[in-house]
Amino acid sequence: MSTPATAIDARGVGKVFASRTGTVTALEDVDLTVAAGEFVSLIGPSGCGKSTLLRLVADLDEPTSGELLVFGKAPRAAREAGDYGIAFQQAGLLPWRTVQANVELPLELHGVGRRARALRAADLLALVGLAEFADAFPHQLSGGMQQRVAIARALAEQPSLLLMDEPFGALDEMTRERMQTELVRISASSGAAVLFVTHSIPEAVFLSDRVVVMSPRPGRISGIVDVDLPGTADRSDGLREDAAFFAAVTAVREVLHGAPAPVAARGVDVR
Amino acid sequence: MRAAQVRRWLAPALVGVVALALWQALVVAADLKPYLLPSPTAIAEQLGQVRPLVWSATLATGANALVGLLVGAATAILAALLAARSRSVDLLLSPTAAAVSVMPIVALAPALNTMFGTTSSTPRRLVVAVVVFAPVFVTTLRGLRQVQPVHRDLLRAYAATPRQAARTVTLPGAVPYVFSGLRVASATAVVAAVVAEYFGGLQNGLGSRITAAASNSAYARAWAFVLGAILLGLTFYVVTLALERAVTRRHGG
Amino acid sequence: MTRLRPVALGLAALLLACLLWEVVKVAVPDAGVHVGGASILPRTDAMAMPHVWEVVQRTLQPETSAVGAPSVLTSMLQSCWFTLRVAAVGWALGVVSGFALAVLMQRWRVAEESLEPWLVLSQTVPLVALAPLVVGWGGRIHLGGLEWQKWMSVALIASYLAFFPVAVGALRGLQSPPAAQVDLFRAQAAGWGRTLVRLRIPASVPHLLPALRLGAATAVVGAIVAEVSTGTKGGIGRLIISYAQSASGDPAKPWAAIAAAALLGLAAAGLVGLVGLGLGRFRHSEVS
Repeated sequence: MSTPATAIDARGVGKVFASRTGTVTALEDVDLTVAAGEFVSLIGPSGCGKSTLLRLVADLDEPTSGELLVFGKAPRAAREAGDYGIAFQQAGLLPWRTVQANVELPLELHGVGRRARALRAADLLALVGLAEFADAFPHQLSGGMQQRVAIARALAEQPSLLLMDEPFGALDEMTRERMQTELVRISASSGAAVLFVTHSIPEAVFLSDRVVVMSPRPGRISGIVDVDLPGTADRSDGLREDAAFFAAVTAVREVLHGAPAPVAARGVDVR
Repeated sequence: MRAAQVRRWLAPALVGVVALALWQALVVAADLKPYLLPSPTAIAEQLGQVRPLVWSATLATGANALVGLLVGAATAILAALLAARSRSVDLLLSPTAAAVSVMPIVALAPALNTMFGTTSSTPRRLVVAVVVFAPVFVTTLRGLRQVQPVHRDLLRAYAATPRQAARTVTLPGAVPYVFSGLRVASATAVVAAVVAEYFGGLQNGLGSRITAAASNSAYARAWAFVLGAILLGLTFYVVTLALERAVTRRHGG
Repeated sequence: MTRLRPVALGLAALLLACLLWEVVKVAVPDAGVHVGGASILPRTDAMAMPHVWEVVQRTLQPETSAVGAPSVLTSMLQSCWFTLRVAAVGWALGVVSGFALAVLMQRWRVAEESLEPWLVLSQTVPLVALAPLVVGWGGRIHLGGLEWQKWMSVALIASYLAFFPVAVGALRGLQSPPAAQVDLFRAQAAGWGRTLVRLRIPASVPHLLPALRLGAATAVVGAIVAEVSTGTKGGIGRLIISYAQSASGDPAKPWAAIAAAALLGLAAAGLVGLVGLGLGRFRHSEVS
């Protein structure tokens, strides 16, 4: 099966919510392309529409204007075909299921047989380093471990696109950095495209090929920063102390604060 | 750690013992007549004498309470499932359950005796079932509606059918609520089973024994039967509490 | 308009119930259904299950065939009024003492530790089983010139039954403010009394109101049961029993008494609900 080269293709996408006090324009005229295998972060202050955009791609909400294609199909078709895996800020594990049963959930819902499910779950748990917790219950795991299970679950059907809405938001800094390193490794080995929503600039830079900076009222893209650091497959902890890393973080920060495109420093290419 | 746990039990236990001692002292010192308040020792003595009677009466009342509890709970759970799916059923049942919960259902007992015959256990069991219905219905319905937003999003992301959603998330999530409602209902079931007998009908349970002893002025004996009723209520509660704990533990509570 | 909706729905449910009654009367055989000796479905002949309209009709007719007997409806309302007043006295007593105990238990840790398990226990046991035991109190006790009336026993039982849920609910409510709020008052050097009045009591409202409602319902049940046990005349409990005794000749009357008791319960709950009016701003986090 050939995957279209573009994972996400958004043109002029807008979303307006009707509320008691009037209308809220969460997104306005968003143009974004995410290529297959590319890691793209969405970053911006509260209310800039980054989570809304992710939800539109996931077909958890419908755009009110513009065109949105996921692997060349409508988001609804992509959702029903199980083309993407998703992880939220809350791990959302079902407390009455073991870790393994939680990872198997999407497979179970899509009619995969018991033995195949168990094998796949075992592989995924090994991938996220939780093989020996397969029979544990979620309440016995720490927050970071629960998120790893959620990520394993998101990868269950070997999706070509991963949607992640601040999955590390509830974790402490040390755990966050560990999880970022894990995620970079996992996403590289799976080859999936990733759309990642975050509040944290260093996180966005560490993980991504490109960082999309958004601004609020109304939500729109204010700039896209190409992160020209070593390919995501080769990123490791040491990168966080690299000068190129800091330069990239500074570039993103300046776009966030509304500065015009800065002079390209080493390792940064601003579009 | 052990000292703190012991202290938790010690204080109320001490209160219980002191209360009993004071009670005994009061009855003896003020020479209270039994129709006012029998002494603990008199009650204990009577309990020893009529133990087999207390036991058989407790079994009869317990059976009524159990049957009523199961029937009422089963009906309530079915009704809650219907109400969760259909808004019109919910609109009819919810206010009815709320109204029934404040009504003295035991008042139905005499009329039910006429309908089912005075030698039948069904009237008392029916009274218990009606009394149990309201709390179990309300808590079960609440449980069926408690789906976390993140779970709802996940189900939509996986394009789960409504049946799959019910099977994997809604129903298992509602189970702790069902057991919580059962726990509340269990105590009420015993109360209803005992009190239903005060209104006539088949007289083989604790309620009738209490009234009979009281009307014969055998007050210490009546208190002995009351003690049986109290122990029955406690047993029901403890069993349902243990069930609830076991279930919520599995649910990661 | 939305206020009337529950009333309209309640009436609709009532109509549906009446319809169900008539359907059962038609569908189930006159002698009932017996399975293995136990009767599963009731007798539905004219004696056991009168038609709904027959019951309504009977309500408006005289109570007995005696000359000048009041109508069943009048009798019903009078007895309800009697029981309501007695239950109200009991409820008020129970509420005051229950709340007082809760305050005591909140103030002194010792009181709380030693008494709270007993309070919780009280919710699991049939306290109303004690009702027949006050039978002997009527007419035999004198409290300094005041002779103990039978209705006082009834009120005592009602107060006893209302006491426990109110004490539990009040204690929970008084203990409900989060530590952050309690610390805030402490930082302002507010003493226990001021904290009680300005923080704990307002915070207890969402817990207290449902407990008051529950207390009212149990007080009514207790009053009715106590009336039956003590033979107190004038109340709805006595009416139910006496109507039931003449059921073989007059099948519709007992049902009228039952309807009256049901309405009494609703009225009591409604009256307690009035207490909650005007307390809206304290109820933003109501626990039902």
